[in-house]
Amino acid sequence: MASSQNKAAHWQRTRNLTYVTLAIWFFFSFFVHWFGAELNTISFMGFPLGFYMAAQGSPIAFVILLFWSTRRQEAIDEECGVAE
Amino acid sequence: MQKGFINNLPRIYGLYTGGFLGFIALMAILEQFGVPADVLGILFVTFTIAIYATIGWLSRTMQVDAYYVAGREVPPFYNGMATAADWMSGASFVAMAGGIYFGGYGYLAFIVGWTGGYVLVNSLLAPYLRKFGCYTVPDFIGTRYGGNTARLLAVIVLVVASFTYVTAQINATGTIAARALQISFEVGVWFGLLGILLCSMLGGMRAVTWTQVAQYIVLIIAYLVPVFWMSNAQDFGLIPQFSYGSAVERIGELEAAAGVGQLMPSESFVGLRALTTPHAAASEGAFASWQFITLVMVLMCGTASLPHILMRYFTTPSVRDARRSVVYSLFFIFLLYFTAPALATFTKLQIMDPNLATGIIGKSIADVQSLEWIQKWNNVGFLAISDSNGNGLLEINEFFMRGDIVVLATPEIAGLPYVISGLVAAGGMAAAMSTADGLLLAIANALSHDLYYKIIDPEADTRTRLIVARILLLIIGAGGALVASLQLSSILGAVAWAFSFACSGLFFPLVLGVWWKRANRQGAVAGMAIGFLAGSYYLYHVRFAGGTPILGLDHLRFGIVGMAASLVAMVGVSLATEEPDAETQAMVDAIRVPGGDTVLDQTH
Repeated sequence: MASSQNKAAHWQRTRNLTYVTLAIWFFFSFFVHWFGAELNTISFMGFPLGFYMAAQGSPIAFVILLFWSTRRQEAIDEECGVAE
Repeated sequence: MQKGFINNLPRIYGLYTGGFLGFIALMAILEQFGVPADVLGILFVTFTIAIYATIGWLSRTMQVDAYYVAGREVPPFYNGMATAADWMSGASFVAMAGGIYFGGYGYLAFIVGWTGGYVLVNSLLAPYLRKFGCYTVPDFIGTRYGGNTARLLAVIVLVVASFTYVTAQINATGTIAARALQISFEVGVWFGLLGILLCSMLGGMRAVTWTQVAQYIVLIIAYLVPVFWMSNAQDFGLIPQFSYGSAVERIGELEAAAGVGQLMPSESFVGLRALTTPHAAASEGAFASWQFITLVMVLMCGTASLPHILMRYFTTPSVRDARRSVVYSLFFIFLLYFTAPALATFTKLQIMDPNLATGIIGKSIADVQSLEWIQKWNNVGFLAISDSNGNGLLEINEFFMRGDIVVLATPEIAGLPYVISGLVAAGGMAAAMSTADGLLLAIANALSHDLYYKIIDPEADTRTRLIVARILLLIIGAGGALVASLQLSSILGAVAWAFSFACSGLFFPLVLGVWWKRANRQGAVAGMAIGFLAGSYYLYHVRFAGGTPILGLDHLRFGIVGMAASLVAMVGVSLATEEPDAETQAMVDAIRVPGGDTVLDQTH
């Protein structure tokens, strides 16, 4: 059984990872699309960039973000000795 | 159907997928031998429903944990597929591409919102709720905050949000069944309900899980095959999703030439629209950006509050697997959502580009009217052509259609064989059925577990509980079919409302229940009641009472108002009242750690 010290450290690190994940999420959910019209003047792989980010860029970013943060969380659980 | 079944999953679903591909090949051969298109459609729909019903029968159970949480033995990969089918409704399958076709850039908010919501699910809720060990979402609210009031409020929000959603799904199954089986819509609705109940009645969550996996396989094949085929047949590239940039650009030129956005239609047809919004251009200015991101936010927070999605993550063997499930879910959903804009783009290009054989804009009206697909869909009222200015040529504002056509008719527009259209019908049916099943089960489980067992009759034995659960499933399904058969368009147009209802009432009580120890019963009750009432009142105000939307928050975005009220009420009331007792705080500590026993017993 994990000590309460381990649990505190685990929650601290879990929280920090969540903050980082949500910051990246915020960027791709809201920040990028706030400038949709401006980004559309740039061309990316033939797409207007604003259109591309909404149709593909942000969803791809979400998939990668979840793969990454889940791996990080599993590592944190292991290192703090609180994994199942 | 125990351990051996779980270990054999790759083989079982591999065989199933191979069998389904073989069935498609068989249908293609039958088509070559001159079997009529109607018969192929009937075969596609009945064959797939028969398979789902068989899975539902094999998964029957009289155990509480199998009925409510599929025995907590669903591996993440399969839970991801089941969630994706649970999530992608008939509307996602049939209407998403059409929405982008007509709505252009602004509609892409749905793509962003319905994928990014899973980041919230994974980071804030799913693993913690799994550790809690609850059967339903109100089960978490009721135990974390204590007291029947909190539990009851959660049940009410759940029922309102899910029921608005489920009638639209039953309606979709009815529409597809009616067309494929050539029966009337009213009969189609009840036929669709029968199929839905065959998947869930006997086996509850366990049966729904394994049929949803089967339904995902059908729906994703049905969505992707036509797009890949069309793209390769018309030289758009091998993997069209990455190479349609030039098509977007070309549409921009064609739209300028055709006067999209300048030429407004001078006639109107019920349920049909002419194209008036440019494809890729974003409206300029802070107000347009604000509208885009508020819609994204409602859809994301709604995703993280919808009980039929959250309860899928209660079915995994461990907390780690719950997290992995969310990742797989998002990936499987992403496969469809990043294809939808490509499909919308190709269809638009095929219709608009005069250099392509399929182009109709700018051609003579008489020529276009003699096309087979135009006649066929015109006959069923899905499109209309009218030479408003009498010049004999088809202009952009003289071509009217329903958005659904983009998915349903594209195989025919591109000249693909009929077998593909039959496949698309089966896919649409799978998408609508799987979502309806998840929603019906969420409602019935909340009523049977939280209302009946936890509040009305805590002494009820297992047998009674499971019989009550099934009777409720039947009643709610029949209620949904009844409402669907009335075809009240105000309800069917309101799928997006489910997201606003859910996030108004449940988002903060759920998230703060995990992330803020200080959140207490009084705060949660206030958060649910005030959030839900404020959101509902605002919806009534802007939609039915003729009120002016504040800050452009229209009826699609009323969840923003509800969530704001919910947050303020919950934090304010929590701080004004006593902090939760030590036992509750220890409970919150326990769910933050993956290892160790669940908070609630394995069976409760």
